[in-house]
Amino acid sequence: MAVQPEIDHATGRTTTGHEWDGIKELNSPLPKWWLYIFYATIVWSVGYWIVYPSWPLVTNYTKGVFGYASRQDVTRELDALKALRAERAGALARTPLEDIAKDPTLLTFALAQGKAAFGDNCAPCHGLSATGSPSFPNLRDDTWLWGGGIADIHQTIAFGIRNADDRSRQGPMPGLGGPNGALKPDEVITVANFVRALSGLPTRQGYDPAKGKELFANNCAACHGDEGRGNREMGAPNLTSRNFLYGSDEKTIIETINLGRGGVMPGWAGRLDETTVKSLAVYVHALGGGQ
Amino acid sequence: MSDILASATASKGAPPPVPDFPEDEPLYESRREIYQQSVKGRLRTIKWAVLVGCLAVYYFLPFLRWYRGPNQPDQAVLVDLANNRFYFFFIEIWPQEIYYFTGLLVMASLVLFLMNAVAGRVWCGYLCPQTVWTDLFTTVERWVEGDRRERMMADAQPMTAAKIGRKTLKHFLWLMIAWWTGGAWVLYFADAPTLVKDLATFQAPMVAYVWIGILTFTTYSLAGLMKEQVCLYMCPWPRIQAALTDQYALNVTYRYDRGEPRLSMKAAAKAREAGEPAGDCIDCRQCVVVCPTGVDIRDGAQLGCIQCGLCIDACNSVMTKVNRPLGLIAYDNDVNIDRRRQGLDEVYPIIRPRTLAYAALIAAVGLVMIYGLMTRSFTDLSVLHDRNPLYVQLSDGSVRNSYTVRILNKRPVHRIFVLAVDELPLARLTAVGISMTAGDWPVIDVGPDSTREVIVHLTAQKPADLPPSSRVTFRITELGTGEKVSMSDHFISR
Ligand code: SF4
Ligand code: SF4
Repeated sequence: MAVQPEIDHATGRTTTGHEWDGIKELNSPLPKWWLYIFYATIVWSVGYWIVYPSWPLVTNYTKGVFGYASRQDVTRELDALKALRAERAGALARTPLEDIAKDPTLLTFALAQGKAAFGDNCAPCHGLSATGSPSFPNLRDDTWLWGGGIADIHQTIAFGIRNADDRSRQGPMPGLGGPNGALKPDEVITVANFVRALSGLPTRQGYDPAKGKELFANNCAACHGDEGRGNREMGAPNLTSRNFLYGSDEKTIIETINLGRGGVMPGWAGRLDETTVKSLAVYVHALGGGQ
Repeated sequence: MSDILASATASKGAPPPVPDFPEDEPLYESRREIYQQSVKGRLRTIKWAVLVGCLAVYYFLPFLRWYRGPNQPDQAVLVDLANNRFYFFFIEIWPQEIYYFTGLLVMASLVLFLMNAVAGRVWCGYLCPQTVWTDLFTTVERWVEGDRRERMMADAQPMTAAKIGRKTLKHFLWLMIAWWTGGAWVLYFADAPTLVKDLATFQAPMVAYVWIGILTFTTYSLAGLMKEQVCLYMCPWPRIQAALTDQYALNVTYRYDRGEPRLSMKAAAKAREAGEPAGDCIDCRQCVVVCPTGVDIRDGAQLGCIQCGLCIDACNSVMTKVNRPLGLIAYDNDVNIDRRRQGLDEVYPIIRPRTLAYAALIAAVGLVMIYGLMTRSFTDLSVLHDRNPLYVQLSDGSVRNSYTVRILNKRPVHRIFVLAVDELPLARLTAVGISMTAGDWPVIDVGPDSTREVIVHLTAQKPADLPPSSRVTFRITELGTGEKVSMSDHFISR
């Protein structure tokens, strides 16, 4: 029961017979090439199935004849990156530690590499922003237990502190309190207050500065110096600094004097390659403003 | 819903029969070959000039040199993707200045709007690359295979060696032009003379060959094989243009007030003798055969008409021959057709609110751009305060803040800057890796046309005297010229 197609008067073209609110749809056929391109894309997709990984199977998937896997791209890109960095890394390895900062390109490279390595290896103790926490030094300030020059920092990073390696930094803070200790409990309190006074902190009532000075001179000055300015050879902290590794309140200082301290740090020379350790030294040196 | 339908049908009686879609009506349409006939005339001459001008610019611009100083590219127009620079004669644009392109694009669309308001699809008819290259390809086709009549006759006949030879030659020439088009494209992205040499000796990067291949393919297929199909089915611009026009815009118009009723020359002469109405159109279809998209302008303004004006030239030569006034087809509009029918004078209000508004907008954007370019700084400073930690206490109780300072030197020469801070008395500024100082301030040298990032530490001796957060201004002063740029940030003391 085909009806003759309707002819639109304005255009003289046939309509599809569809009508909305009196507006009729003209029959505008699609161009054939459009259809052929659609078929071509279907054929193309079959090609895709064959050459690339595509169909999921029960436990696996079709791998495709090209053997393509996006993982390979990552590996290739990483290799390319390494090759790209090789030149700079080589220059870094050749340049003496002190001269790295003189070459802006090298400095930028070392800082970037150092930052990444710091986040991976150092941040667990020193914090992501290198501000440390009690027992773990803040690397951003100017208080350096073992020296803040770039060579000192490199030495510390490479071999660590108070570990089994002979080359590591050594220097104990012995406990002076206890039944067999050099200091009696009230003397420990006096010395603790003397130390607080050194860095300008208030002292407790009844504290005798002369006694404190004498006790300090006899027990502490050998390492910390007569004026309490410390000795970086042995990692003896500068006691006039505002920044205390373990805390500056009286209780903590008393604990330090009574029991001693012996914080350790691993050496990284064996675990990280030479240039990474160098970069770390440059990075940490830059953080603290260097010395 | 069905109630409404029921009542509607009830009130009108039986619903009209919905016509079945006839079985023999095809759903898809084959392309109808358009044998465009050559034409001569004023607009055709203008089109030739535009074609030659546009192609000359496109193909040869990359070879134009522009000296910028030693170690700088001397290509007038260059998109240097590897170094993130765009060079345009005396302008050099860095990636962070991409807003110049935004301005350019805004201006380009406004110009298109204005052209549309004045004279319709000028872009489509004269300037669009699709039109220009299609015109070029059609010209080559005509040159090899002859004009409309010869081509139609040849296509109606069986294949002969001569015909195959001509077709092969045509496609070969098309491919050569397409290939050159792709070749010219890549020259905008590298030093042109060097790249030409590299391309010829197969030393050029793979990506150059790939792009030449892509553009050869698109040019050949779009300008050679698809031609008007691009305008009819692929391009969004005809649809947009229709929305931009108004009743005063001058479009290529068949003046049916003059042309109808169309009659053959004899019939028209007879009708005139008898005192009956006779139009000027002699129905010779010259306007249709010269049309690149194969439409009949006498059907009125339509999507298929790219408004190239060739039918105007064609009809004018016909009118000359039959001794009738020119301009049966002309740049005109329906308003004037109506006015003429009512015996009124024609009006051509080129200057009207719409065109004025577009012109004003173009001028405004242009002025903003010019101002931006004139006052474009060649030195820039950015300062980023460390977020973690905000401040560090030092052993003597002073407080230090750290910042990353970045200096941009957009001049092609080495420059030296002194970095200083204002508004923070007794402050000490040190920069990592910088040993040179002037007074107490670090001196930083920045290479030609590059940026340098430096970590700086700012230390205040008596933090207790400072508010928790105080404003500091970093200032760089170029040694020699004294050019200054500053940037504010904060100093956190507790
Ligand atoms: S060219 Fe002019 S006269 Fe001939 S058909 Fe077209 S409008 Fe009529
Ligand atoms: S109708 Fe006339 S103006 Fe329109 S595209 Fe055809 S020749 Fe050009």
